[in-house]
Amino acid sequence: MRDVAVLSFAQSTAARETERNEVEILMPVVREVIAASGLERSRIEFTCSGSSDFLQGQPFAFVMALDAVGAWPPIRESHVEQDGAWALYEAWVKIQTGEVDSALVYGFGKSAAGNLGDILAMTLDPYCVTPLWPHADSIAALQARAWIESGKGSERSLAEIAARNRAAARSNPHAIVSGTETVDELLSRPYVASPLRAHDCPANGDGASAIVLAAGDLARSVSKRPAWIRGIDHRVDPAALGVRDLTRCRSAELAAQKAGVARDKIDIAEIYAPYSHEEAILREALGVPDTASVNPSGGALCAHVMMSCGLQRIGEVARRILSGEADRGVAHAAHGPALQQNLVCVLEGD
Amino acid sequence: MAELCGIVGIGQTKLAAKRVDVSMPGLVREAADRALLDAGLGWADIDAVVVGKAPDTFEGCMLPELYLADSLGAPGKPLLRVHTAGSVGGSTAIVAASLIQAGIHDRVLTVAYEKQSESNAMWGLTISAPFGVAVVAGAGGFFAPLVRGYIRRSGAPADVGIRVAVKDRLNALKNPYAHLHLKDISHEMVEQSPMLWDPIRLLEACPSSDGACAMVLAREDLAQRAPTPPAWIHATAMRSEPTMFAGRDAINPEAGKMAARDLYAKAGITNPRREIDCAEIYVPFSWFEPMWMENLGFAEEGAGWRMTLEGATALDGDLPVNMSGGVLSSNPIGASGMLRFAEAAMQVRKQAGEHQIEGARRALGHAYGGGSQYFSMWIVGSEKP
Repeated sequence: MRDVAVLSFAQSTAARETERNEVEILMPVVREVIAASGLERSRIEFTCSGSSDFLQGQPFAFVMALDAVGAWPPIRESHVEQDGAWALYEAWVKIQTGEVDSALVYGFGKSAAGNLGDILAMTLDPYCVTPLWPHADSIAALQARAWIESGKGSERSLAEIAARNRAAARSNPHAIVSGTETVDELLSRPYVASPLRAHDCPANGDGASAIVLAAGDLARSVSKRPAWIRGIDHRVDPAALGVRDLTRCRSAELAAQKAGVARDKIDIAEIYAPYSHEEAILREALGVPDTASVNPSGGALCAHVMMSCGLQRIGEVARRILSGEADRGVAHAAHGPALQQNLVCVLEGD
Repeated sequence: MAELCGIVGIGQTKLAAKRVDVSMPGLVREAADRALLDAGLGWADIDAVVVGKAPDTFEGCMLPELYLADSLGAPGKPLLRVHTAGSVGGSTAIVAASLIQAGIHDRVLTVAYEKQSESNAMWGLTISAPFGVAVVAGAGGFFAPLVRGYIRRSGAPADVGIRVAVKDRLNALKNPYAHLHLKDISHEMVEQSPMLWDPIRLLEACPSSDGACAMVLAREDLAQRAPTPPAWIHATAMRSEPTMFAGRDAINPEAGKMAARDLYAKAGITNPRREIDCAEIYVPFSWFEPMWMENLGFAEEGAGWRMTLEGATALDGDLPVNMSGGVLSSNPIGASGMLRFAEAAMQVRKQAGEHQIEGARRALGHAYGGGSQYFSMWIVGSEKP
């Protein structure tokens, strides 16, 4: 495998973007990430993005987003209808073929225009389940309930996870919510979908993120300390909730094993867990040690921009390696009801 | 650095206006099962699955690959979902091939589909975003002005489009999977069909279809052991350009020309007309055959229509085009690009039955999408590159 590194990361998040469309949100993010990469725009050989037509409510929604990257003269470009983390995977594969040495990756989504929790019902079995319109919070609650009943944790553990993320989010300018509540204060609040309370559910928002990747020598020539991708893998589980053990996440376990999480120490983990209990399930699945700093950004609980959130997790780990704050970390992205699909990326500094 | 990749299994469903006999999982499974059967492989032999389709809004299912994971044997494996507008079927195959070429996987299943009968594709393509540019009714409304521009610029005779429409429907009669089987197709029949978007008549437009296409791709040493000799990938190329800006030539787009140049350079081709034996290209409206002949460098600019008039693109011409009947005879949008790529591979594997081109050793598969701005293409051959 070729050595591939993250050179730079940029993001934009807001509870609701009322003035700007997707292109307007993306343009400054793309400009910032390219400027910070040390590469000229003309040296970026491949572009790959992740987004969902359903968030914009129109077909081919990503087509107009091309205007944000200035695709002229024409560029080598691709798009996944998945989180930007999977776009990063496609770009990493492209670099592995030897055809290109660098890539721009971005993910974006504006979910505040609709009700994301309802819209996500359309990712379920269209014949038998979607017509019942289960809300995303309700499906997550089924998993949280199964997790509690297995004896792995309690409602108090959920509140502890939420309190830690909300406190961490206070120092993250890109967080949508944050807080200083005690665990008891959080536990006194009403349920949204038992056993989940509002702070156990994601702060959905609008935004975008972008990463520039480069291969070995090119990365070394422009960066003193690139964030090397030491392992990346993604796996999927069956769709139906009834055929899975919801208290664990087998696809994340497998992806973590293939990505080599356990090969060395982990300083930092950024986990895509829009619901409190998911952080606990994934921590176990990924094999994150107790000594690691988990979601120092406040995570998806405090800023959940669908289709960008997974790429942001990779960016949050990479950013801390680029700055020298951490040496080795794991980033995770997820898709689908009750953590059906999972991607794991291990990053390391020299 | 890149590994060689061979196409060892190809499957497609019967393409039809409404496949009410199967669900979406049933549709993709039909194509995937046939591809595995052709490859002599089982589900356990597959390392990863790459799914492609056009807008999720066509079926009203968001990220449907999650729901389809089970029917595609994906649990426990990597599952990627590509969407690059109309070119997606081609791009999906290219992404799947890159997983082999990069040395990441040994065997990859790639599937593209659309079940358009779940909604109304024409209105699904009528984009009217708030504060955006309205693109009138359907894809035809967008592309008709480009066709008019082409006719004005090239001075092509008015009936070139009709000839393409007749040729492709005659080819479709030889393809049992094709959606349209118009047994009495004729010049008069096309000419007298209703004008939808001037100059595009009903029978010069593609139908709206349900269908899926699948391929199994394998690493060199595994491909060599396939029960039917593989089609070897000689080159792939993708290019994109913005939808609109002053000075953009949407009739003969730069992205298409650039992708073709890149493709031929990688495949070591200097004279595409002579060195490529047949081409299966994305022609949703008849006039796009001559337009793409020029864009792909098979004809000089302004002369593509002569190839149609002279019969060069017919099954017995010097460059047969759309042997399967093409998009004009079947159009499950998300699968259409992969059907083009698969037909090119079938030709060099001598699997095309009645529409087989004798001695086809090197073939081009092509797809485009968006407002003539996304291009994906590959060249496959019976011999290793």
